[in-house]
Amino acid sequence: MWRRWELVFGALLLASYWGGTRGQDADPSPGTAATPGPPVPVPQPDGPQAFPEPEKANLPMFTMDYGRIQIPFEFTLWVLLASFAKIGFHVYHKITIWIPESCLLIVIGLVVGGIMHAVKEEPPAVLDSNVFFLYMLPPIVLENGYFMPARPFFENTGTVLWYAVVGTLWNSVGIGLSLYAVCQIEVFGVQDINLQENLLFASIISAVDPVAVISVFEDISVNEQLFIVVFGEGLFNDAVTVVLYNMFTFVADMPVVESSDVFLAMARFFVVGLGGLLFGLLFGVAGAFTSRFTNNVRSIEPLFVFMYTYLAYLVAELFAISSIMAIVVCAITMKSYLEENVSQGSCTTIRHVVKMLACISETLIFFFLGVVTVTTDHEWNWAYVLFTLLFAFVWRGLGVLVLTQIINPFRTIPFNFKDQFGLAYGGLRGAICFALVFTLPDNINRRSLFVTASIAIIIFTVFIQGISIRPLVEYINIRRTNNKHQTINEEIHTRLMEHTISGLQDLCGQWSHYYWKDKFMKFNEHVLRRILIRDNRAESSIVALYKKLELQNAIELLDTSLGDLSAAPSLVSLTDEKKASSRPKKTFLMGDVRKMRDNLSKNLYKINQRTTAWTNKDGLHENRQAREILIRRHHTIRRSVRMGSFRDQVRHRFNSIPKSQRYYSLQPGMNLESALPLRRTSHDSSRIAFLIIPSFFYVPNPNPRQTPKPSDEKARSDIVEMKEGRLRAVQPPPSPRSSSRSFTGRLGTVKEATPRPPSPGLDVIHESPVSSRGPRAKGPLPTPRRSLFHRVQGGEEGDKQQQEEKEEEEELSVELQGEAGDVPQPPPLPPPPGWVPENQQSHRAGDPLLRHSSQGSRGSSRF
Amino acid sequence: MGALHSLPDDPQHADLAEKTGFSLEQIGILRKRFKQLSANEETLRREDFNTIPDLACNPIRSQIIEAFFDRRNFRQSDGAGTVREIGFGEFLAVMSHFRPPSIHLKEEQREAIRMEKLRFLFNMHDTDNDGTITLEEYRHVVEELLSRSGALGKETAKGIADAAMLEVASISMGHMEPDEFYEGITFEHFNKLLKEFEIESRMNIRFMNMDTPTLCK
Repeated sequence: MWRRWELVFGALLLASYWGGTRGQDADPSPGTAATPGPPVPVPQPDGPQAFPEPEKANLPMFTMDYGRIQIPFEFTLWVLLASFAKIGFHVYHKITIWIPESCLLIVIGLVVGGIMHAVKEEPPAVLDSNVFFLYMLPPIVLENGYFMPARPFFENTGTVLWYAVVGTLWNSVGIGLSLYAVCQIEVFGVQDINLQENLLFASIISAVDPVAVISVFEDISVNEQLFIVVFGEGLFNDAVTVVLYNMFTFVADMPVVESSDVFLAMARFFVVGLGGLLFGLLFGVAGAFTSRFTNNVRSIEPLFVFMYTYLAYLVAELFAISSIMAIVVCAITMKSYLEENVSQGSCTTIRHVVKMLACISETLIFFFLGVVTVTTDHEWNWAYVLFTLLFAFVWRGLGVLVLTQIINPFRTIPFNFKDQFGLAYGGLRGAICFALVFTLPDNINRRSLFVTASIAIIIFTVFIQGISIRPLVEYINIRRTNNKHQTINEEIHTRLMEHTISGLQDLCGQWSHYYWKDKFMKFNEHVLRRILIRDNRAESSIVALYKKLELQNAIELLDTSLGDLSAAPSLVSLTDEKKASSRPKKTFLMGDVRKMRDNLSKNLYKINQRTTAWTNKDGLHENRQAREILIRRHHTIRRSVRMGSFRDQVRHRFNSIPKSQRYYSLQPGMNLESALPLRRTSHDSSRIAFLIIPSFFYVPNPNPRQTPKPSDEKARSDIVEMKEGRLRAVQPPPSPRSSSRSFTGRLGTVKEATPRPPSPGLDVIHESPVSSRGPRAKGPLPTPRRSLFHRVQGGEEGDKQQQEEKEEEEELSVELQGEAGDVPQPPPLPPPPGWVPENQQSHRAGDPLLRHSSQGSRGSSRF
Repeated sequence: MGALHSLPDDPQHADLAEKTGFSLEQIGILRKRFKQLSANEETLRREDFNTIPDLACNPIRSQIIEAFFDRRNFRQSDGAGTVREIGFGEFLAVMSHFRPPSIHLKEEQREAIRMEKLRFLFNMHDTDNDGTITLEEYRHVVEELLSRSGALGKETAKGIADAAMLEVASISMGHMEPDEFYEGITFEHFNKLLKEFEIESRMNIRFMNMDTPTLCK
C-alpha cells in the first residue's frame, strides 16, 4: 500500500519540479534566492516571477513565485519522500530484520529514478562536492561519534585504529595496485587508467560503511570486542578515506609523481590526522565549558552541541585537515561533560536530533544512489567492474586475516576465526563511498566508469552481503554477549574488576592501558571536571547507573499514570479551589472520589495482572527481574516524587519550610530532584500522588459500605468504619498504621483545604495498597522484602526507626481520637518494619523534640 | 639478579609452570618481581605491598592484598583462613587466577575457568568464609569501591549496596514470601547474578613474556 503512496508522492514531486523549471523558463533573469547569480539589476528583489503580471500598477491578487522557494521546497519534498519510505518500511517491521534498510532505500530510489527516467527528467543536482562535505557528511559522522560506546572503545583503541588506519591503507593500496595490473591487459580496453587514478578509485571503495552491519550486530548482540572494532573501523576509516581521497585527487592531476611527493604525502597524513584530533579536543572542551553556563537558558542548550561540533568540522575543513576526525573527537570529548551539565530534557533532545540528522543524511544519500543508478549514463566495462568486486572482496578478507594475526598477540582476548569472518564479511560499502565517487571532479579520466563500478560494488555488497550477514553470523554462532541488560551489580563488578586488574598489574609491575586510564581519571577528576562541570561532584559510574535507573522508572511511572489520570482533577487544583471558596464543595468532592476509584480500579487491575504474570511460572519472561525491581523502585520514586512536589508547592507558598532530607539514599546535593527535572511541575506530580492515594479504596474490604457518602460528616465516619473493618480484616501486618494514617492524612487535606506537605500521613500513603494487600496477594511484595534489609541493617538506625515509628503511631492515634471520637484503638502492634527510605529521617531520628518541631512547622503550614 | 636466580630455580619453575599454567618466561618475570617486592626474601608480607606506590591509590587495595593472603586462593585443598606470609608458589597461584583463557576452548573448559574466576571474586567478597556474602559484606565492598570518589558519603554507598542487594534477591529468589529473609548471596546466586558479566573475558591480565612493558592492548 505504501508503495502506491510513494508513486503518488513521486508524481507530485515531479509535477512540482516541472512547475519549477517552467517557472524559470518563463523568466530568464538568473538568481534565485538560494543561488545568487551575478549582480543583475533585478526590478523585483525577491527573484524571478513565475507569471509576469501584465499590469504592474495593480496590486496582484494572486502571485506564484516558485523560483524563490525552489531549492528548499524540493529539498523538503525529498526529505519527506525519504521519510515516508522509512515509515513504510516499518509498517511491516519484519522486513527490516531480514533486509537492511539501506537496501530498501536503494530500491525506492531505483523506482523513483525509473519514473524520472521514463519522463526524461534530470535528477536534481543536489549532491555536489560542497553540499556533500559541508552538509551531508557531518551529521552522519557526528552521530557515530556521539553514540560511540566510550568504555569499550578506549579499551580497544589500539585495535580499532589498527584496523581503521592500516586496514584502509592496505585495502586502498592493494586494490589500487591490482586494478592497475589488470588495466595493463589489452583485451579489457581500460589501458588509459593510470596508477594514480586506480589508487584514487581504490581509496574510494575501501571505505566500509558498517551501518547495516552494526544494526545486525546490535540485534544479535555480538561480543563487545567485535562490535566496537566494526563500529570504530567504520568511523575512522572514513577519516582515512577522505584524507586519501583528497590526496589522490590532488596526485591524480600531477603529471609526474616523484618519490619526495610520496614522503610528503605520508607526512601530510599524520598532520591531517593529528590536526583533526587537536581541533576536536579544542572545540570539545570549549563546548563542555560553555554548557556549564547554560542552566538558565535551557531552551538553547542542545544548540551548543551542534554548533561546536560543526564549528570544529568547518575549521578543520578550513585548514584542510581531517574534519571527520575533528568532529568525532569533539563529540566524544564534549559528550560526557555536557550531558552532566545539561538538563535531562536537553539531553534527550540532543540525542534525538543527532540521530535524526544522521538519518536524514544517510537516507538521502542512499535514496539518491538509487535515483542516480537509473538516471545517469553508465560506462559499463565488465572486466573492470568484476575485477573491482573481486579485489575488494579478496583484499578485505586478506587484510583482516593478516592484520588480525599481527594484532592478536597484543590483545588480551584474541579474535578467533569466527570473529575474523564477521569482520571481513561486514565490509559493506555504503553512503560515503557513493558520495565520494559522485563528487569526483570532472577532469578525472573515465569518471563515469568509476561511478558505475562504485555503484556496482555498493549494490552488490549492500544487497548480497547485507542480506546474508545475519543468517551467516547466526549460523556460525559468533561469540555473543548480552550488554543490554544493565544491572547495578554488573556495574559494581565492572568497576571492581577494573580496579582489581589495575591493582594486580601494579603488583606484577606491568602496566597497560589501565595505567593510562588511571592517570587520565585522576587528571579528569582534579582538573577537567572542576573546570567543565557546573555542579561538580565526583560521580562514579555506579552512582550514575543507579540514578539512571531511578530516573527511568520515574519517567515510566509518569508516562503510565498520566494517561489514566487526565480526567481526574489534580490535588493542586483541588486545593486551590477549596482555598478560593471557604465552603467545601461536597458534591464535587464525591464525584472526584468516584473518578479516583475508577482510575484506581484500572490501575490496580494492571498491577494485579502484572503480578500474576510474574508469579506464574510459565509466564516467566526475560525481563521479569528487571520489572520486579522496577515495581519496587516505583515505590521509592513515588515517595520521593511526591514528597518533592509537595515540598515545592509549600516552599512556593510559604517560603519557610526547610527542605527536609527525605530521600531514599541519595544525598541532598544529588537527590532525585536535581537529578530529574522530570516534567515535574507540582501539577504533574501531584497527579501521581492522586493516583496513589486512591488506590487503597479499591482494596477488597469486608465492609461493604466503602463508598464515602456525599456528606462530609458521614463520609468521615464512613471512612473510620472502613478503616476499622480493615483493621479487623488484616490483623497482624503493618497495614493498620499506614492505611489509617493515609485516611486521616487525606481527610485532613480535604477538610482543611490546605496541603499538608511533609506530613507523614501523606508520606506513607502509597504503602497502603501494598501492605493491606499483603496477606492476601501472592505476588512479589515490594514492601516486606525491602524491610528485610532494614532489619538486616540493624544497629542503632533500626532502633531509631522503630522508636520513631512508635511515635508516629502514637501521634496518629491522637489524631484519630481527635477526629473520630471513640475509635477502638488497634492493639499496640510491634512496630512494623516499613518500607521507609533509609536516611529519610536519620538526621532527626529518635529525637522527640525534633519530631515536635517538625510537627510545628507542619502546623504552621496549615494556616 | 634475574640471571642469578633463574638457573637454580629451573626445575622448581617447571613444576610451578605445570601447576599454574604460566610459561617459564612469565614465571621468570614474576619471580623477579616477587624478589623485588619482598626485598630479596623468600616470603612476602602484607607490609611489602605497601611499598608499591601505584597500588596506594587503588580504592580496593586492602581487598586485593587480602586476596593474596587468603588460603582459599592457593589452589590447595586445605581449608580457609589467612596466612601471615606467602611464598613464591602461593604468589603464583593467586596470580594464576588472572591468566587469560586460550582462544580455542571447549564450552565446558570455558565454564570451568569461569567458575574458578568467579570463585576468586566471591572469596574476595566473602571475608568471613561462611559461604555467603551478607549485606554487610557487600556494603563494605561498595563502600570501598566508592571510597576514592570523594564527596560520596557512606550513605550513598549504602543505598547503592541496598539496591544492589535487592536486585540480587529478586534475581536469585524470584518471588519471596513477605516473611522470608534473604540472608546473603551464595555462590550459586553469585553465579546467576553475574551470568551476563563474562568474567572469563574480563578478569584477565596479559602476563608478559618479555620484560618490556608495552602499551598496546
